[in-house]
Amino acid sequence: MFSNNKKGWLLLSPTIFILIIVGLVPFFYVLYVGFFKWNPLAVDPSMQFEGFGFNYRRLIFDGVFLESIWRSIKFSVVTLTLELSLGFLLALSLLSSFPLKKFFRGVHTLPLVIAPIVVGSIFKLFTVQGLGPLPHLLKDYFGYTLNYGMNAEQAFWMIVIMDIWHWTPFVTLTLLAGLSALPQDPYESAKIDGANNFQIFLYITIPMMVPVLIVVIFIRLMDSLKIVDEVWMLTGGGPGYATRFTGIHIWKEVFEKRYYGLGSAMSILYLYITIVICWILYSVMVSRGKSED
Amino acid sequence: MLFAGFYTALWFQGGKVKTRNLFTKFGTTFLWSILTIITLFPIYWMILVSTRTPVELFGKPDLSPTFLEKVHWKNFTKPFLDGVYSDYLFNSIIVATSNAALVTVLALMATYALSRFKLAGSESIFFWTMTNRMAPPAAFLLPLFLLFSTVFKFGDFTLFDTKIGLILLYCVFNLPFAIWLLKGIIDGIPKELDEAMVVDGANLFTIFRKLIIPLAAPGIAVTSLLSFLFAWNEYLLASTLTSVYARTIPTGLSEFVTTTGTNWGTMAAVALVSMIPALLFLFAVQKHIVAGLTFGAVKG
Repeated sequence: MFSNNKKGWLLLSPTIFILIIVGLVPFFYVLYVGFFKWNPLAVDPSMQFEGFGFNYRRLIFDGVFLESIWRSIKFSVVTLTLELSLGFLLALSLLSSFPLKKFFRGVHTLPLVIAPIVVGSIFKLFTVQGLGPLPHLLKDYFGYTLNYGMNAEQAFWMIVIMDIWHWTPFVTLTLLAGLSALPQDPYESAKIDGANNFQIFLYITIPMMVPVLIVVIFIRLMDSLKIVDEVWMLTGGGPGYATRFTGIHIWKEVFEKRYYGLGSAMSILYLYITIVICWILYSVMVSRGKSED
Repeated sequence: MLFAGFYTALWFQGGKVKTRNLFTKFGTTFLWSILTIITLFPIYWMILVSTRTPVELFGKPDLSPTFLEKVHWKNFTKPFLDGVYSDYLFNSIIVATSNAALVTVLALMATYALSRFKLAGSESIFFWTMTNRMAPPAAFLLPLFLLFSTVFKFGDFTLFDTKIGLILLYCVFNLPFAIWLLKGIIDGIPKELDEAMVVDGANLFTIFRKLIIPLAAPGIAVTSLLSFLFAWNEYLLASTLTSVYARTIPTGLSEFVTTTGTNWGTMAAVALVSMIPALLFLFAVQKHIVAGLTFGAVKG
């Protein structure tokens, strides 16, 4: 029966069909629209062809768009670094046994299952001027004024803090899963050879963890490059352009200004940049991992 | 950073060696207590806000647990009994449940095909499903919006602002995830069992019913729970592709942002209600969440 491939394709066909309809067709459609000048609110609301790379040429000189990409990359790198170091530390601590460990771990899982938009709401309630306890506490005890509705720097770092609150548990738990699955022999040999803890960590744990680290970095980078929901809820992309990440920028251009053609070109570039960044990272990490074996 | 390095060295005494003095144990517990407070404190504040009147929220924040004595139930009854949020809740339940059911059934079939049959190009199909999950949804908002509202037309019926549209759409990110998660489980069931059943004259349906589903039951349960959760939590696509009739609870939550003079109590109440499935499933999925979020690449 299993040599009869017709049945196999039959089982696979509904999945392929749905993914073509909601995955592949939109991709080619956005590629197509990206070649046109199209704004349904303009004097001429029809699609006009203005040369092959018209929208893309415009985007190369679109400072706001390029800045939003740079902002997204900066955000991703910052959160990735902080979450990875914090998560690794916490994962290592969870290897030992200590009182109430199961409870702590359970609470640590909680942010993972909360919707991004709800995380945004929670942080909005917690930090907004005039309601949240955080600005009050900072003001009373440290004399620090937190008002991310006005201060661009604070808005950016507020999003970073929120992202760390939300996603460090993912890094912790994934690295913990990887750490608990490591073989014990190399550790015993290293101990016999008189290596100290730091050397063991650097020369045994890290190289053996490379596959898991690749997965974690890959997924976190992908997710933080496409962040929209939490930011939309907390700052709405403001103040000014301070937290306008690429996803939010595209949303605003397309659904507020109705730049359909330009927005499509942005989407394609955004998609392309995401893929390129992840591809570079993946190749670098895989080759590094192989050379260290 | 120095502190961090010191602690790393202290904690990680070469793998899982059990010798650890009382000081380290105490320090670890202390650190995790602080972390737990940081995790829970914003949520605790949300609960406080959801149980207070606007007047009580005015002025200096009061952190005492006032909900033990008095709850301002109007925050909950106003959106859910008098307002449209009960519709949103209903839509969310329908969309998430149907999507989870659809995704589980389709993924089970697809995974079985990928695992048992020698299909030409199955590797590429596998990779292609993955790319669907990885693409940023913001890049697909416009084409999906245009396709749903103008192109995918069946007479007067368009997919825009319908629950069916959302149910189909969420397959984009849930199907790849479900296939990846189930692949590991179905690959683990020996092929010989299937072949033995075929020799006994069983058809595909019987194999699924008698062999695959019973053996993969825990994995199937986790897959559908996580699919439900992801569909329930999704915001961006739902907010763009619905307007009145199919709005889900996350989109309702974002409506508080635009209204002038936000009623914080009501907003907190809605956020709290939309968190309920997450809290219910937390204990069920806790052990599998790592496998779920990493597509089974790392086992929890």
